[in-house]
Amino acid sequence: MADDALRLDGVHAYYGDSHVLQGVALRLAAGHVLGLLGRNGAGKTTCMNVAVGLLPPRIGTVSLFGETVSGRAPEAIATRGLALVPQGRRIFRSLTVRENLTVAARKPVAGARHPWTLDSVFAAFPRLAERQHQAAGYLSGGEQQMLAIGRALMSNPRVLLMDEPSEGLAPQIVAEVMSTIRRLKEQGLSILLVEQNAKLVFDLADDIVILNSGRVVVSDTAARLQASGVDLHQHLGVF
Amino acid sequence: MSQWLLLGVNSITLGGLLFLLSAGFSLIFGLMRIPNLTHGSFFMLGAYLGVTFLGLGFDFWLAALLAAAAMAVVGGGIERLLLRRLQGQELAQVLVTLGLSFMIADLCLMLWGGDPIPLDTPPGLGGAVPIASIVFPTYRLAIVAIAVVIAVLLWLMLERTRLGAMIRAGVDDPAMARVTGIRVSRLFTIVFCLGAAIAGFAGVIGGPILSVYPGLDSDMLPLALIVVILGGTGSLLGALVGSLIIGFLYNYGQVLFPELAYIILFLPMLLILLFRPQGLFGSRVP
Repeated sequence: MADDALRLDGVHAYYGDSHVLQGVALRLAAGHVLGLLGRNGAGKTTCMNVAVGLLPPRIGTVSLFGETVSGRAPEAIATRGLALVPQGRRIFRSLTVRENLTVAARKPVAGARHPWTLDSVFAAFPRLAERQHQAAGYLSGGEQQMLAIGRALMSNPRVLLMDEPSEGLAPQIVAEVMSTIRRLKEQGLSILLVEQNAKLVFDLADDIVILNSGRVVVSDTAARLQASGVDLHQHLGVF
Repeated sequence: MSQWLLLGVNSITLGGLLFLLSAGFSLIFGLMRIPNLTHGSFFMLGAYLGVTFLGLGFDFWLAALLAAAAMAVVGGGIERLLLRRLQGQELAQVLVTLGLSFMIADLCLMLWGGDPIPLDTPPGLGGAVPIASIVFPTYRLAIVAIAVVIAVLLWLMLERTRLGAMIRAGVDDPAMARVTGIRVSRLFTIVFCLGAAIAGFAGVIGGPILSVYPGLDSDMLPLALIVVILGGTGSLLGALVGSLIIGFLYNYGQVLFPELAYIILFLPMLLILLFRPQGLFGSRVP
């Protein structure tokens, strides 16, 4: 069996004194979508920050297709094929739409099946092509989300992390984002999808991990979880 | 009447010099999130190096370019060897730049002595140009022209190249820029080299007006600081407008209210900090 696309093994991470991740292990199989669920503050975004190298784990490792990347700088991890669509989108607001894409452009890492270029991103998101010379800060929320996804694709990643891509978007735009993710999956991209909205995740994901207070409480295939009718509210409900 | 107009030319000249000083200061502030308190020293050390190159018989402009090149090396060295080791520790970085500024001041005093060194106006620019009924000093107009040329070149670099877009991305959101694969630490070095070079160049070409003396660094640094607070960190347009504002406030303030010179300069900075902390042109798109 090939190496997992992304692995976190026994990861402990801290913000200052606060022990945010307490021994998290998760595996994203190559070509799969792994849904990461959990309440606010469960540690989902922290997992993302650990994976991309913004928050180095104090204990434990992160590996990308079998290569340990924890301890490396974020820019070094990015060049090894990891891209992030962050929570809140975090596009470069004072850059034009086009510049947001070109600064992220990189030649595909060996093994990337679908090399992305400015043209193919514009073809996938025609709205971005129309607005390519505008400052990105003036885009609507949905357009900013498209731009954040396009920016991540421009680096021709092997693994894509998406942190709450549906957050704050109208239902129609959410559907568009979800169909984009489905398309990327069909192209063989390995995707780690963080969401508050469990229904969206179960529609797309092959595997599910649920975090609670910095620990993994559920880790199984989506199909088995749905068949077993496990009470998700126990882990995800607010009350 | 003509005296007031001449004061206006002097203001624009000082504005041009201040722009050359603060453009780099502003980019460093925007990108690295620290005020580089060595920036006034870059200006002064560049001017002294210019003195030495002139003494070796180089042409004025060649001396200015050599001083700029030397300052690029000094600036890049400071970033690579000192500031990089303190990455993420902003207070420590600021203190290092402050300590360095004192050390450079001492070094200059030791090497070039305590007497002010006047620089001759470069040949061909010594006279004055009559425009309408007023005569303008040619060299001051030349400084304005040089500042405009450098401003345009900087603008092209920042707005029209991929490197410039990367620098702006780093100013917008450094963490996200790194995650996107942009080597922000390399940008730090580039911006530091560039900022130091332009400041050193400005020190030399400002020499014939300001002369070169111990304390030139601490005369210039606060002005750069005010310019950047007024204009907004990381904004070239902000540095330009801020420089002109301070150029005018400084010159007219000293004639009209000489005893209030520093109040006139620093009051706008306080007001901006209180009511518009991102500055007039800070990088905040809605």
